[in-house]
Amino acid sequence: MRVAFVLNGVPTEVDCPPDTRVIDLLRGELGLTGTKEGCGIGECGACSIHVDGRLKLACLMIAAQLPGRRVTTIEGIASAAGGLHPLQEAFIDSGAVQCGFCTPGMIMAGLELLARCPDADREQVRRGLSGNLCRCTGYQKIVDGVLALVPPPGPPEPEKEDR
Amino acid sequence: MTRVVLPRTLAELWEEFAKAPQGLVFAGGTDLFVRLRSAATPPATLIGLERLDELRGVEEAGDTLRLGAATPVADLAATPALRRDFPVLCRGLESMGGPALRNMATLGGNLCTASPAGDSLPPLTVLDATVVLLSCRGERTLPIGEFLVAPGRSALRPGEVVGSVLLAKPAGETKQFFEKVGRRRANAIAVASLAFVARISAGGDWTEVRCAYGSVGPTVVRAREVESILTGPPPDPDRIARAQQAARRAVCPIADLRASAEYRRAVAGNLLYRLLDPP
Repeated sequence: MRVAFVLNGVPTEVDCPPDTRVIDLLRGELGLTGTKEGCGIGECGACSIHVDGRLKLACLMIAAQLPGRRVTTIEGIASAAGGLHPLQEAFIDSGAVQCGFCTPGMIMAGLELLARCPDADREQVRRGLSGNLCRCTGYQKIVDGVLALVPPPGPPEPEKEDR
Repeated sequence: MTRVVLPRTLAELWEEFAKAPQGLVFAGGTDLFVRLRSAATPPATLIGLERLDELRGVEEAGDTLRLGAATPVADLAATPALRRDFPVLCRGLESMGGPALRNMATLGGNLCTASPAGDSLPPLTVLDATVVLLSCRGERTLPIGEFLVAPGRSALRPGEVVGSVLLAKPAGETKQFFEKVGRRRANAIAVASLAFVARISAGGDWTEVRCAYGSVGPTVVRAREVESILTGPPPDPDRIARAQQAARRAVCPIADLRASAEYRRAVAGNLLYRLLDPP
């Protein structure tokens, strides 16, 4: 079938069997190998992408679900100038990347969390990343990386003057 | 090659069922697509429900809440009316998988998979949920207890889909509780789970107590003896101990790669400690 959707901001059309897994479509047909396949059964989060702005798993979606949708992968989050996204910079600065296999999924999950919850605390970040497995870091530095993008709490509100 | 259709209206869905009576239905796909990986032959037809607006969303009608079966569980768990009146269900939904999975998985899917470990099923049981089944011939309704038949088997007939789930809003104050024990806190299948609802009378007594377990029997286990022991004033440690013995008699767990039967039986009783007021 012909599948027309928007991929990383670019209108895209591909011809593939309708039950092609989205992870295979992205990595094979479209050459976007940033999205990883870990378990292939929805348990590790390595294949996390955004579909219409929501975090989803590319290993449990098929091409027939894509027409008309906006898909964003790790390749689509760079700044307009082509540099790294601030969350990617924060991951580097925090030491959140070791082997790197889980990193694209962690970044996509972190971005959805920050969009939903821009002032997330540590517990909320942990929950937001709870579907993504990392076998290297022990998670603390990944959580630090996401928290680096949460603005520090502002100064306390000045007390209202009595009139 | 597999044909995949995504009907946009119920009328289109019935047409697809007529064309492909053996078509496999998916909503979020989080269970079916995993199973298809190990299938010997790919299905001839897949029928997806994700673009069927008639099956999505939450509607309040008087004292009833209608939950669209194809609504992602993340959306349900974030719905203010559910968070207010049915926290036991929201906790159950929030315990499923991880954030991405909850953006995909649906309530109707969790029902139709009918896993002994389905995390929405004990909450729906204690809330006396009604399952609305749709087909080209019209609709019928079943209490949740009659919808769930056996592990992996529901009362769904060929040509039917789950359209919605109906919940009656509680009149007055309730105590609601859900907890799932798994091997880890996220992306884990339940080793045992407990859902509990009681109405709180004007005098503070627990009435209409409902207590149901997941993952400790072939389907949800309703622990009626526990319910009668816990009816009355909020329990003291002695009554909780009696309820725990009753709970361990009520469950019939199996041993699998996640836990032994004995561990599950012990956890089923221990979960009732949570119903004690903190000292």
